[in-house]
Amino acid sequence: MKIFYFAFLRERAGVSEEDVSPPENVIDVKSLMEWIKGRGGGFADAMADPSVVRVAVNQEYVQQDALVKSGDEVAFFPPVTGG
Amino acid sequence: MIKVQRDPFDMGEELSSFSQDNHSIGGVCAFMGQVRDMAEDASVSAMTLEHYPGMTEKALEKIEAEAHERWELEKTLIIHRYGRLDAGDPIVLVVVASAHRAAAFDACRFLMDWLKTQAPFWKQEETDKGPQWVVARQSDDEAASRWGDVPANAPESS
Repeated sequence: MKIFYFAFLRERAGVSEEDVSPPENVIDVKSLMEWIKGRGGGFADAMADPSVVRVAVNQEYVQQDALVKSGDEVAFFPPVTGG
Repeated sequence: MIKVQRDPFDMGEELSSFSQDNHSIGGVCAFMGQVRDMAEDASVSAMTLEHYPGMTEKALEKIEAEAHERWELEKTLIIHRYGRLDAGDPIVLVVVASAHRAAAFDACRFLMDWLKTQAPFWKQEETDKGPQWVVARQSDDEAASRWGDVPANAPESS
């Protein structure tokens, strides 16, 4: 599974992307975020406030109950500021 | 057509060629956004726009397609820049052509409202108080909601 972080979530996580193999109990975005947070350090900082975390799976916006699986591209980012 | 690019664009040049070959077009409405030198509590000298290569293009194509679903449009153009821009530099250009003016005005506003809340870009300003990330505003969500339900973007507390 490929993870991307953008903007201040990237700064907090300390990486812009990583390849991960989460355990089997990670089945959706919410459990993936919990697992990432559990790794501590910058990852815990990035996931500390879920209200500012928006998510895309395979480059489509999703909610936190969306399912994830091996091979997916998951991106975490703050609310967008386009335009 | 959508373009996501680092390079500057010339609004006059884009407009001069936009509608000349299509005589079904009765009107063209354009909006250009540029880097403002003031934030809420600081002066801004420059801004860096981060994007998500791949998803950003897809999201803009979807937003453009949505406008064509909702209005009878002859032609649309969205140019959105990324990278480091100085105060006064152009960021975004939306151009809409239609047979009658109402569709062009409405679709242009719709496109900007949705770009604000649905386009994967993140702005960081260089200010006299140091770098600061631009916070998504609830007022932008409210502006977008005039066009129907879309998922909220800004955090509830802002």
